[in-house]
Amino acid sequence: MAHLNLATQFVQMLAGALLLISFAMLAERRSRRLLILLVWQGAVLVASTLLVASTAHLTHLFYSAALTLVLKVCVLPWILFRLMRKLGIERDNEPLVNLPTLMLVGLGLVIFAFGLAQPVSALATTVLRDTLGIALAVILLSFLMILARRKAFTQVIGFLSLENGLFFAATSTTYGMPMVVELGMALDLLVAVFIFGIFFFHIREQFDSLDLDQLESLKED
Amino acid sequence: MEILLVLGCPLLGAMLLAVVGAKRYAAEVSVAISLATLLAAAALVLRIIHGGSMTALHEEFFIDPFNVFLVALTALVGFTTSVFSRPYMRIEAEHGRLTPGRLRLYHSMYQLFMAAMLLALTTNNMGFLWVSMEMATLSTVLLVSLYRTRASVEAAWKYFILCGVGIALALFGTALLYAAAESVLGGEGMNALLWTHLNAVKGQLEPRVMGLAFVFLLVGYGTKVGLAPLHNWLPDAHAEGPTPVSAVLSGLLLNVALYAVIRCKILADGALHSTLPGHMLMSFGLLSTVLASFFLWRQRDIKRLFAYSSIEHMGIITFAFGMGGPIANFAALLHMTMHSLTKSAIFFAAGHATQLSGTQRMDKIRGLLAIHPSVGWGLMLGGLAILGMPPFGVFTSEYLVLITAMRDHPWATPILLGALAVAFAAIFSRLQPMVFGDTDDRPLPHTPALVPVFIHLGIVLMMGVYIPPALAEWYRLAARLIAG
Amino acid sequence: MSAAAYAWQLGECVLAIALAPLFAGWVGQCRAWLQNRSAPPLWQPYRVLRKLFHKDVALATHASWLFRSAPYVVFATMVVAAAIIPSVTTDLPLARVADAIALVGVFATGRVFMSLAAMDVGTAFGSMGARREMMIGFLTEPALLMVLFSAFMAFGSTALPRVVEAVLRQPHIMLHPSLFFAAVAFVMVLLAENARLPVDNPTTHLELTMIHESMTLEYSGRHLALIEWAAWLKLFNYACIGFTLFMPWGVAVHGAGPGLLVLAIGALIAKLVVAGAALALLESITAKLRLFRAPEFLTMAFLLAVLGLLVHLLLEV
Repeated sequence: MAHLNLATQFVQMLAGALLLISFAMLAERRSRRLLILLVWQGAVLVASTLLVASTAHLTHLFYSAALTLVLKVCVLPWILFRLMRKLGIERDNEPLVNLPTLMLVGLGLVIFAFGLAQPVSALATTVLRDTLGIALAVILLSFLMILARRKAFTQVIGFLSLENGLFFAATSTTYGMPMVVELGMALDLLVAVFIFGIFFFHIREQFDSLDLDQLESLKED
Repeated sequence: MEILLVLGCPLLGAMLLAVVGAKRYAAEVSVAISLATLLAAAALVLRIIHGGSMTALHEEFFIDPFNVFLVALTALVGFTTSVFSRPYMRIEAEHGRLTPGRLRLYHSMYQLFMAAMLLALTTNNMGFLWVSMEMATLSTVLLVSLYRTRASVEAAWKYFILCGVGIALALFGTALLYAAAESVLGGEGMNALLWTHLNAVKGQLEPRVMGLAFVFLLVGYGTKVGLAPLHNWLPDAHAEGPTPVSAVLSGLLLNVALYAVIRCKILADGALHSTLPGHMLMSFGLLSTVLASFFLWRQRDIKRLFAYSSIEHMGIITFAFGMGGPIANFAALLHMTMHSLTKSAIFFAAGHATQLSGTQRMDKIRGLLAIHPSVGWGLMLGGLAILGMPPFGVFTSEYLVLITAMRDHPWATPILLGALAVAFAAIFSRLQPMVFGDTDDRPLPHTPALVPVFIHLGIVLMMGVYIPPALAEWYRLAARLIAG
Repeated sequence: MSAAAYAWQLGECVLAIALAPLFAGWVGQCRAWLQNRSAPPLWQPYRVLRKLFHKDVALATHASWLFRSAPYVVFATMVVAAAIIPSVTTDLPLARVADAIALVGVFATGRVFMSLAAMDVGTAFGSMGARREMMIGFLTEPALLMVLFSAFMAFGSTALPRVVEAVLRQPHIMLHPSLFFAAVAFVMVLLAENARLPVDNPTTHLELTMIHESMTLEYSGRHLALIEWAAWLKLFNYACIGFTLFMPWGVAVHGAGPGLLVLAIGALIAKLVVAGAALALLESITAKLRLFRAPEFLTMAFLLAVLGLLVHLLLEV
């Protein structure tokens, strides 16, 4: 621990911040604040990518940091903010059942993620290798959020937070995927958010709310 | 060159149809584009037959006997489905279920979906494989909700979220794969994600990382294959989307997803030096087969019934690939082909049957033979084929799977046989009253396109009776490639 | 241990006792500004104390010795706590006797006496307040301990002066992600322990929601003055624990001269100014939780602290 240099420590701190934001998202009831948390998550991601890029002198990581900044901190939140205003769900308050249990499950997932990431971390050569566990934890927590929440909007936030976790995982194991692949992923993400936007309107048109509790006619009894 | 044509035709077609998709002649344009794609695919097949495996465009694309056969199958079913959807969608529009705007969306997205699948099949880059699988999801999600009914919106949302989450796992797996490859192939450049390069060094990849990567890739792409327990989206999406979409989802998308799994399995096999990947495939496959065959009993909706049957068959194919070895792989490839042709034919016939009776509920569909004999026969024969009755090709492939299982894994045989018997009883008991019996429904306003149904069933029948030696040789080659 | 150390030990206690009302006044002033009210003067708490000390004590007929002695005990525990926390210097003779775990015990003693006294007279509000106070305490104590543990794991000592010295020796120890979690959890504990929003509102007397206020209803005169003073001291102490764990810069280490010590006092005041403003801001932007949500809030704090510990174990060792 003693010989960890300053940059690594900074990155670890940012990784910790990511995990913290994930937990905060899990516990947040209001759509608006959830979105703000997502923006913060994106910003932390950009900061950590920039830090890694400058420590490891990797130009392509600068590009992907810029891409993240534009897409995940500016464009997507902007689209979602507009959608939120249009749908009038800014002040939506979502009831959360049994938050402590949810948090405990989250805690379990963190342990599980660290355990799973152990062998890979041992192999990775990047300055970020220890943070793979955190990245996996962020991914699993986003899963938990998608599973536990019953509002369409919240599920989308969970989906995007999942993407953030994946991006962080890619950066922490291998300094990011090749640029072309990352561009493709960004495109997919953008299209996905557009489709989500279209869906909000469809769901509301059909069900008069964005509450997914009503979406259960197709159950396999 | 042929690759560019194969990918370019549907891609340009999607753009063209985005402009003219609402016109009256849009369906014909779509058919023409699909035909062009099919011809390009045929040219590609000829080239591979003569020249063997090849890579193209800075090794970004890779064609070998395994994927070229799927390219041909995809292009063929894509073409016949577009032929089928021409009258089908017109009838839907006349029933007032669709507006010209949605028809435009349908035609354009259909071509984009084809392009995404063909890209997934031909690309050599594991990253692009992921991107194109995601694109295939995105392009079909709006097709599933095309009717904008409560049920269809719900089905599409489920499809989107579940597949989105599943495919996210696959991305994590891809990142791990890249991590494993980077330490062997060197990080700079794009080579570390190219399948051919990975395949060349698969023995040196770090086994623990590869094991973890394979688990994520299997679960991720497996969600799209419809493997239990992540199959929930599949019956909903198949039942609520328009029938041509159900046909291509079931007949093609599942294959493409399974193709992705198999590509990963080849790498994992090489890296792990163990039977673990195979056993995982076998257990997922067996679980899906058994689960689906029991769920078949509870279905009331005709398209849901056949959607569950798709899960069952994907389970069988996955199981066969899991067993590995030339014969099992041969059987799996054959079954993939047979299933896609038969299942899309069934969906065509079932689509027209629901249009005849105005409902998808099976207890309301009666006497198809009386009102429209060709629809009735199509459904009946298709049903018999998918149930594995000789002399159809599904029988051949299932028989091969069973005897391989009996030889290598005798414990699995009774389970498989039981599941097949349960599925047989479930489907046959539903099919019989729908086809025979009396009805007072009226005939359709347009002549239904049943040529594709009988073309598909004809090929399936031929393969059951006689597999041309060239084709058999080709399957054998592909099977050997997969066995590594 | 030099005589100077004992002198500074005493000096620190006196400083804490003197500064605590001022800190409370500063927080009140910031809150008023943030809420667009005209602010009370900074020395308002001292005026309150003077007023209360001049008043006579009115005792309930059934009040026992417990009721009468509790204010003194509570005040004494807070002074002892102030003596242990290295807010100005790490050269504290008393701090060697008790580490941070004992500190939690000291706080608990104060709580127990306060609650017993509140129940002593037997009024409905007193008992209710005591019960709520114990519930909150029951939930905050493990959280606080967890926060302390994760800090101790990072710094390698349970004695607060050693923690300060460790950080001053290697500043980048503060970048540990586990401390991040601990800090957030600590702020949550601080809010709950000191009856601040969102758990309790220090400025209202709304009977059904209050916790701290309902325990002091029966007190008057110098007893009330001591209890209020103890409450301010508690807030001050918690702020100083926070400084010790998460921003100990400026604290004079062992063997520092008087100049540095004066500087340390300056640093402490600067930190208090910032922390008070931050606390006021935090209180202004959060809404009061319903009482039955408080356990949820504190469970979150506890779990965050555990998470911090976990992150430390898995990532930093």
